[in-house]
Amino acid sequence: MATVVADIAERDAPVERLARIWGTPPGLLGTLTSVDHKTIGIRYLVTAFAFLLLGGLEAGAMRAQLTHGDTHWLSPEAYNQFFTMHGVTMLFLYASPVLSGFSNYLWPLMIGARDMAYPRVNALSYWTYLLAGLLIYASVLVGQSPDGGWFAYVPMTGAAYSPGRNIDFYTVGLTFLGFSTTVGAVNFIGTFFCMKAPGMSVNRLPVILWGTLSSSIAAVVFVPALTVACVLLYLDRHVHTHFFDAATGGQPMLWQHLFWIFGHPWVYIVVLPAIGIASDIIPTFCRRPLAGYTFVTLSTIATIMLGSGVWVHHMFATGLPQMSTSFFSAASMTISLTSGVSVFAWLATIWYGRPQFTVPFLFMCGFIILFVIGGVNGVMTASVPFDQQLHDSYFVVAHLHYVLLGMNLFPVMGAFYYWIPKMTGRMLSERIGRWVFWLMFIGANLTFFPMHITGMLGMPRRIYTYASGLGWDTSNLVITIGAATFAAAVLLFLIDVVRSRFVGPLAGANPWDAPTLEWSVSSPPPPYNFAVIPTVRSPYPLWESRLGERPASVLDAGPALDDGRETIGTDALDGIPVAVLQMPEDSPWPLLLAIALAWVSLALVFAAWSWALIGVGLTAASMIGWLAPAAMRPVRAESAGSDERVPTTRGPL
Amino acid sequence: MSGSPSIFAPAGVGAGQIASLGWLLTIIAAAVVVIVGGLLIAALARPRRDRSHEVMRGTEPASATRWIIVGGLVVPACVLVGTFVATVLTGRAVAAPPTPPVATIEVTAHRWWWEIRYRGATADQSVLTANEIHVPVGGAVRIDLASEDVIHSFWVPQLAAKTDLIPGQTNTMWIEARTAGVYRGECAEYCGLQHAQMNFVVVAESPAAFAAWLAHQREPSVAPTDSLALEGRAGFAGHQCAACHAIEGTTSLGRIGPDLTHLASRRMIGAGLLENTPANLERWVVDAPSFKPGVGMPAEPIPLAGRPAVIAYLESLR
Repeated sequence: MATVVADIAERDAPVERLARIWGTPPGLLGTLTSVDHKTIGIRYLVTAFAFLLLGGLEAGAMRAQLTHGDTHWLSPEAYNQFFTMHGVTMLFLYASPVLSGFSNYLWPLMIGARDMAYPRVNALSYWTYLLAGLLIYASVLVGQSPDGGWFAYVPMTGAAYSPGRNIDFYTVGLTFLGFSTTVGAVNFIGTFFCMKAPGMSVNRLPVILWGTLSSSIAAVVFVPALTVACVLLYLDRHVHTHFFDAATGGQPMLWQHLFWIFGHPWVYIVVLPAIGIASDIIPTFCRRPLAGYTFVTLSTIATIMLGSGVWVHHMFATGLPQMSTSFFSAASMTISLTSGVSVFAWLATIWYGRPQFTVPFLFMCGFIILFVIGGVNGVMTASVPFDQQLHDSYFVVAHLHYVLLGMNLFPVMGAFYYWIPKMTGRMLSERIGRWVFWLMFIGANLTFFPMHITGMLGMPRRIYTYASGLGWDTSNLVITIGAATFAAAVLLFLIDVVRSRFVGPLAGANPWDAPTLEWSVSSPPPPYNFAVIPTVRSPYPLWESRLGERPASVLDAGPALDDGRETIGTDALDGIPVAVLQMPEDSPWPLLLAIALAWVSLALVFAAWSWALIGVGLTAASMIGWLAPAAMRPVRAESAGSDERVPTTRGPL
Repeated sequence: MSGSPSIFAPAGVGAGQIASLGWLLTIIAAAVVVIVGGLLIAALARPRRDRSHEVMRGTEPASATRWIIVGGLVVPACVLVGTFVATVLTGRAVAAPPTPPVATIEVTAHRWWWEIRYRGATADQSVLTANEIHVPVGGAVRIDLASEDVIHSFWVPQLAAKTDLIPGQTNTMWIEARTAGVYRGECAEYCGLQHAQMNFVVVAESPAAFAAWLAHQREPSVAPTDSLALEGRAGFAGHQCAACHAIEGTTSLGRIGPDLTHLASRRMIGAGLLENTPANLERWVVDAPSFKPGVGMPAEPIPLAGRPAVIAYLESLR
């Protein structure tokens, strides 16, 4: 390790050359073929936010209906499609992709790499996500959006009770989307273990990496359960198999197990990276390192492990024996210990720090409050007998929204205020941001707190209307007012983002005086990220001199690696350099492969077998096109400067 | 039936035990939120000599680790052990009724109504009705739950926790009412288009009143005496009504829709949708889908001329 660093001559970084090598050509072709993780990350963020707005509009329509009892503005068909699409949109098309956006954009910048491990797979992941989202929303055009809830319980979603295309959009769309999630997750796992800068051992990583790693491993393991469920349902619907049909020996509960074996870990998949974001933002504004870094990272991993074994708590009312439900009840409660550790680590960081009340920090404080509320009402529903009362009532709607808003949206909003200056080079407004925060915090609580009470007053979920006079009227009116407040906050945020693009003050490289590597490069960062590959010696490279840490990280000297798209590959744990990785050029194949897969998916929705077969041919052709030239390209043996001792390998994909 | 079907206004033994557990959990939850919220505010607002933007020097205080272990692990673990013990004890208490059941009711869920059958010693001792359950106060009643089509969930918040009705399996629960009254029951599992309008009522009454009700429900319908209702009886059998509905004691034997033998004795029509008044019954018979889009009952099942007679007949089915 030491010899490698010593061998690296300090020299002028040939940044123009690097910019030429890593830059994406302008124009449509460049746009469609780019594999730059920053471009892909921003695309993820914009697309996910657009889906958030769509899901929000659907929620708004539902709230308009439920403001008063006996309202029939929306037909039951429309309402059921709205609540299903709201769930599908928020959970699949917003909550996970928005975090993929941040992780894609930030990871290489945080770990001193020039790109993700598999840049073309990264592009494929984005294009399949976009096309899967569009495919699911194409159902609106034929007026047959999914209407079975995001959980789509059989037999209601079988051919007998859902003869339309609605559920086909669901099964095919989610299978297609699962493809995107899986390849994206593999990319994160590969990047985590291979792409860290020299010296960046795993105990020096920003916590978002631990969050996204845990989520990615869970996605690889558990998305197949959803895929299997969707494929079996598709077969039941179209080839008359009987996996779920009780009358012919099938088992409706099989769907519930498969769905929740996926579905519960999915909740952690969409919150752990966001919780990691909080652990990275809080120290910046407390002006000190995170207290209990090891506790926080270990509790992140423990959460996903425990979270893999609690799915039955979604099924406490299905008549399972008390012994089984007690086991899953205990496991579910145990998860609050890992959450407790994180909460007290943040509290300790704030207590011993010097809190600076910026907008991102306000969102983190709001996050902690909502996190705790979403945790304790989760413990209430983990208690089997009480859950058998609360299950499928509005109390659960309150719980899951505290979890998802508290642990996903609030950190995400803070992350936008924190990192948008890095992405665009311009600051958002602190003054508007305060309004956004307070409207959002008050709106969220006004919307979701009363739902606890309506649930306890016996209001079931997923009803398109209700009779007045059952004691649900006042709370529902308050909920709608809260939702409107929340919508105002989102609108104000959009205004702020647009405004800042034109008149926001220039951010500079490090507007927050933050400690991590992404703040060492210009805002927005150059296409090559780092002019030289840095060497990292602590979790807070930009604070080292002031924290008094020795030895110091080296950020302005290191391998230039300018003989093509190159970055350093290091070992999994300690960040010891093991290879110079040749990274792939821009490529049209990810988009073409995604289009071919979308073709297959669309044909399957309409059960048009011959069209699907053509799509399979296109898919095969795209994969051959993707792989063939790479196999013929010569391996570049030599690399930059005098670091010949470092063995050279090609990026695997 | 007035006010909310609140789980914290229990009128049954099971719901009462769960309500106690619920209060315990709610108080613990509220306490945790208040304590952690207070700690957050204290951490934000505590007096500091230096509030500057400078990065703080020095290593992590050992007390930080202590806070994390004690506050994040030890204290919550103790609370959770207590919570879990309370959970298991309550779970055992509500798993079986305190005394052997005095009656067994078979509930079969349909999209979107409830078929209710009181099992008798012989077939003609059985009672078939819909969307209204009667139970004696002070006696446990066993309920067998099955579904004819999709998954539903049987929930009477004030009497007992919910249990799903799943095709291919029979789930069992019990309820025991402590106080007489009329309680709202709901379908709690999303079951499609009219999930919102799949409700029922549970009438808890004195054992004597319950026995009288059951005896009356066992009787077949009584032939009406006035001529209009008699004409309506013929009309009911002659039009498409009888294809779906049965009326004991007549030739109408349909099994697709609710049994109407004692329709006029029920409190609600349309699965908890409308109060059972002559005017509402007529509106329902004229155009059920306008109240409940997707319902199996068609609009205009009876020509205008025959309608008053059929309504008069249905009103006679006490």
